[in-house]
Amino acid sequence: MCPSPTDVTQAVLASHADEPGALLPILHDVQDALGFIPREVVSQIADGLNLSRAEVHGVVTYYHHFRSEAPGRTVVQVCRAEACQAMGADALMAHAEHTLGCKTHGGHGSTSADGRFTLNPVYCLGLCALSPAVVVNDKLLARMTPARFDRVIGQLAEPA
Amino acid sequence: MSTVTGITVHVPRDSAAVAVGANEVAFALEAECARRGIALNLVRNGSRGMFWLEPLVEVATAEGRVAYGPVTPEDVPALLDAGMLAGSPHALCHGQTDLIPYLAKQQRLTFARVGVIDPLSIADYEAHEGYAGLRAALAMPSDAIVQQVLGSGLRGRGGAAFPTGIKWATVASAQADQKYVVCNADEGDSGTFSDRMTMEGDPFMLIEGMTIAGLAVGATRGYVYIRSEYPDAVATMIEAVRRATAAGYLGGDILGSGRAFHLDIRKAAGAYVCGEETAMLESLEGKRGIVRAKPPLPAIEGLFGQPTVINNVISFASVPVIISRGANQYREHGMGRSRGTLPMQLAGNIKHGGLVEVAFGVTLRELMVDFGGGSASGRPIKAVQVGGPLGAYVPESQWDIPMDYEAYAAVGAVLGHGGIVVHDDTADMSKLARYAMEFCAIESCGKCTPCRIGSTRGVEVIDRIMAPPSTKHNKPQQVQLLRDLCDTMVHGSLCAMGGMTPFPVLSALNHYPQDFGIAAPDREAA
Repeated sequence: MCPSPTDVTQAVLASHADEPGALLPILHDVQDALGFIPREVVSQIADGLNLSRAEVHGVVTYYHHFRSEAPGRTVVQVCRAEACQAMGADALMAHAEHTLGCKTHGGHGSTSADGRFTLNPVYCLGLCALSPAVVVNDKLLARMTPARFDRVIGQLAEPA
Repeated sequence: MSTVTGITVHVPRDSAAVAVGANEVAFALEAECARRGIALNLVRNGSRGMFWLEPLVEVATAEGRVAYGPVTPEDVPALLDAGMLAGSPHALCHGQTDLIPYLAKQQRLTFARVGVIDPLSIADYEAHEGYAGLRAALAMPSDAIVQQVLGSGLRGRGGAAFPTGIKWATVASAQADQKYVVCNADEGDSGTFSDRMTMEGDPFMLIEGMTIAGLAVGATRGYVYIRSEYPDAVATMIEAVRRATAAGYLGGDILGSGRAFHLDIRKAAGAYVCGEETAMLESLEGKRGIVRAKPPLPAIEGLFGQPTVINNVISFASVPVIISRGANQYREHGMGRSRGTLPMQLAGNIKHGGLVEVAFGVTLRELMVDFGGGSASGRPIKAVQVGGPLGAYVPESQWDIPMDYEAYAAVGAVLGHGGIVVHDDTADMSKLARYAMEFCAIESCGKCTPCRIGSTRGVEVIDRIMAPPSTKHNKPQQVQLLRDLCDTMVHGSLCAMGGMTPFPVLSALNHYPQDFGIAAPDREAA
């Protein structure tokens, strides 16, 4: 039995009730629980914090980490920053786009048509002495190559 | 010490080591030792910062710790057969860890414990000089603490290099009911990981430094603002704060002194510009991370409008050793007005990438050749970006300049947070210049026009410079336009995001004109 987004958000708001400047921690908790920040909870959060809906929407859309749409079942991030570029990140990103059926543009990612994958660019994972680096779901992987990338993706257990 | 049975083996928990399989190696060791009936005391330490050797397994022997790496799970049975647990030779053995030249040549003050201790063991921390600084500080009047930090010559390690003691003195003299200490752990620069290694490998050092800052300026509350790309650092810091509070090192009555300091960990959300201190304050207050105009300085009106000390992780982490060993001992390291040590980070296309903490005055060539061993690809090194995405590309003619804030500023470069990203001769500097503008366009907070609009125009102008000769664009005109645009961004931007993006762009253009299809270097406009 899954609690509704509204119930989740209510519990999150309650757990941060006395915290000053708590909007980011609240959004993190909501996204961690639901996978993204659904439109319907934005006004609920705004009410809870006595903010306008525009202010909450502004924060959700300002930060790259927060998502307004449900992501694919597997979220892949490929680092595009300079240290990884020096070790072939551009080619790795092109390979990932091809393998996953996703397109990235600048700072924006996308989800494959079948909903299996979301591919996002990321700007530095702090693994710069072991470039290039990627994240598959929550797992950090460094010294990545296109061949190893395919193995990692191939080993993912697809939920039935 | 508690009773330890079995042979002590260290396998790092540092996220970079984990990203190349340290957890799998730890599981394999445990399983194989259990199968052989060997008692194992497995310690998950931080990283020693020799990343080409990760996962680095260290075995405690009577002669000291012996290093093996890089180890894969498949290597484990053969290593055990060869007598790894007695420190015996093997193809992957590097002898005693402390004697490996890469480490032996360093002057580790801040990183003395990282990779050595169990990061979350307060007992281990105390056994290695931990909390000596705080105990000394509790016995000092607060202005004496500020004087020690001033006297050490410590300057902000986040990149701006502002004297830490002056910042603290300003907050100490401000009158307010509530003051704050905020740690900027939004380490977004590509090629940097010293903050991450500190938080994952020696979190109590950061907590101790911030607590001392609180005592010095009269602040009872602190925040650590950690980037969301560092989930392991966030988790380690949260647990370290919990343990420090339980042990009486944080909370309402620090070590029975009657003094209070409460610390909260806040997770950022993936905006590079939140590494700018005022944008970070906005973010901590629950808003979009938009840069504030200065003045007022955060030291006067910072978090929630109150006087606030803001320092980088490494700045705070340098404080305990300054207080415990004295300012003079710290200042003895370094050169000119750059005192102490800087943890440099060798990254990108480098054979021996990792963390090198040395005194100011080392040269880039020494770092890249003597420590780094040249490029990873084996090809000639072409360009080096020092100081993150807003730092200049440093050409070979400048590799022998001593690394010192002033010496670098004199050639239009910056040391920043100590990140060194190496590119070999396959790098196209026009592409890297374009990327610098593109990154600024993606990450600009949007408050000021030179940064918000200038960065996008910058991408377009570089595209026109690089357009095929058949197109109608006049290349010299476009180059001049790029220089004018950079001039506007440098002088008209509100913060370093727009104000320093021209550094990599112009240094690429000036030092590598051939990559832009320009024959003669035009050195005037930089």
